[in-house]
Amino acid sequence: MNPFASLTQAVGTRLDGAGYVVDLLLRSAVAVRRVPRRMRFTLDMAFNAGVRSLPVTLVVAAFAGAILAMQTGIELRRFGDSAVLGTITALSMCREMGPFITGVILAATVGSSMAAELGTMKVSDEVAALEVMSVDPVDYLVLPRVIALAIMCPILTVLSNLVGMYGGSVIAEHNLGVSPDLYWISAREALTSSGTLLPKEVYVGLFKSLVFGAAIATVSCASGLRATGGALGVGLAVQTAVRNSVILIIVLGFIVTWFFYFLTG
Amino acid sequence: MIELRDVYKKLGSRQILSGMTLRVPKGMNFVLMGPSGSGKSVTLKHVIGILRPDGGSVTVDGQEVSTMDRTQLMTLRKRMGYLFQNGALINWLTVADNVALPLEEHSRLGKSELRDRVHEVLGLVHMDHAATQFPPSISGGMKLRTGLARALVTNPEYVLYDEPNAGLDPIISQQIHELIVEVRDRLGVTGLIVTHSRACATQCGDRIGILENGRLAVEGTVDEMTRSDHPLARAFLGGGAD
Repeated sequence: MNPFASLTQAVGTRLDGAGYVVDLLLRSAVAVRRVPRRMRFTLDMAFNAGVRSLPVTLVVAAFAGAILAMQTGIELRRFGDSAVLGTITALSMCREMGPFITGVILAATVGSSMAAELGTMKVSDEVAALEVMSVDPVDYLVLPRVIALAIMCPILTVLSNLVGMYGGSVIAEHNLGVSPDLYWISAREALTSSGTLLPKEVYVGLFKSLVFGAAIATVSCASGLRATGGALGVGLAVQTAVRNSVILIIVLGFIVTWFFYFLTG
Repeated sequence: MIELRDVYKKLGSRQILSGMTLRVPKGMNFVLMGPSGSGKSVTLKHVIGILRPDGGSVTVDGQEVSTMDRTQLMTLRKRMGYLFQNGALINWLTVADNVALPLEEHSRLGKSELRDRVHEVLGLVHMDHAATQFPPSISGGMKLRTGLARALVTNPEYVLYDEPNAGLDPIISQQIHELIVEVRDRLGVTGLIVTHSRACATQCGDRIGILENGRLAVEGTVDEMTRSDHPLARAFLGGGAD
């Protein structure tokens, strides 16, 4: 095969995959009115997603907050400006680090498991069985997962933000000589400076995590539902799900930040 | 009646069906046999609209399946059952919940009516004792019987059986064959059965067709086919077969 044909085929395959994800997302959006019918399953999925990823999320968030405080604190101490450490840690966690960490961990834990579960169902004809029973796999399998992660990702992000800030406060107190009072006052002032009930830093971060949750679930379900060829196909579906989720988290994170901080001010 | 006329289908670079023509009259069990990869399961998937032909026509009771949209397909599938090779049960649902699934999705039965119907069908396939078990904890034969109960729970007019005794021991296979015959005789269900098994073909079938190179090479009643001199009929239905 000539290189141009290979390139065309590779691009075609990627576009086909992207189109399938978009189609799945749109069909899930159309099926949203059926959420009450799937409520029990959706809550089970949300509970499982939360429980499964909570410990890892909290540990990683605590260390991420600590590292952030450490790296920033070293530079701030050189300029004698350690008092703003709380501000920087709080803003970084809420705007970017919290949603990003939570998204990546959800992609690695819950997204991979969704892809494996749906991939196994696909290769063992369970998805085809749903279709021949006139049960829409999007409505039955995808929608509850998308809703579950869209709910759980912001909740985990809030916890992640708090634990990350706490991790930063420990470093601030023990390694950088910033008192906890000063750290938490500056953190609170940073987050409430807009004077609104829900500060922009928080709601943009939460919106970002909601988008991440829906994206991870859609991409992971799409990878699972396109699995072919037995165990090998399921393995490839998991790999694709995690890779594409992480790429999407970064790209969507950029787009949401750009939209809220540059486009709309 | 199920009818395929001059159906062609290519999957990847392989031509699977090449002019496949088949008629399954109502109330009859039609058995499809043939070498692996000859297009038996692909034929079933065309009938239920999972696959669409590249050429030719697939009709059920005169309705063209290949041009149906999603809604029309859903309506058609409500009149059909499909038994997959391994039962294809949903692992996180109990046996009873698996059987109840099509009713929960499409019927307006109350909870008690639904439960009664599920237990009635489970009784028919002798699975009522295992209603609360989950698929990973039951045997292959039990999974198939549960799959059959799920296929029958909506009172379908047609059931498509994809290798209903694959990997089963002779005793369980015999039970499955008896069930398939009972489903035809008691419920008047039309069956299209894909199998490699001579016992399944001769016990369950009214007519047998053998596929070769993507089309029916030979077809006839069970008697005609067991006496046929056609090499494929002798290979699949002769004394040494099974």
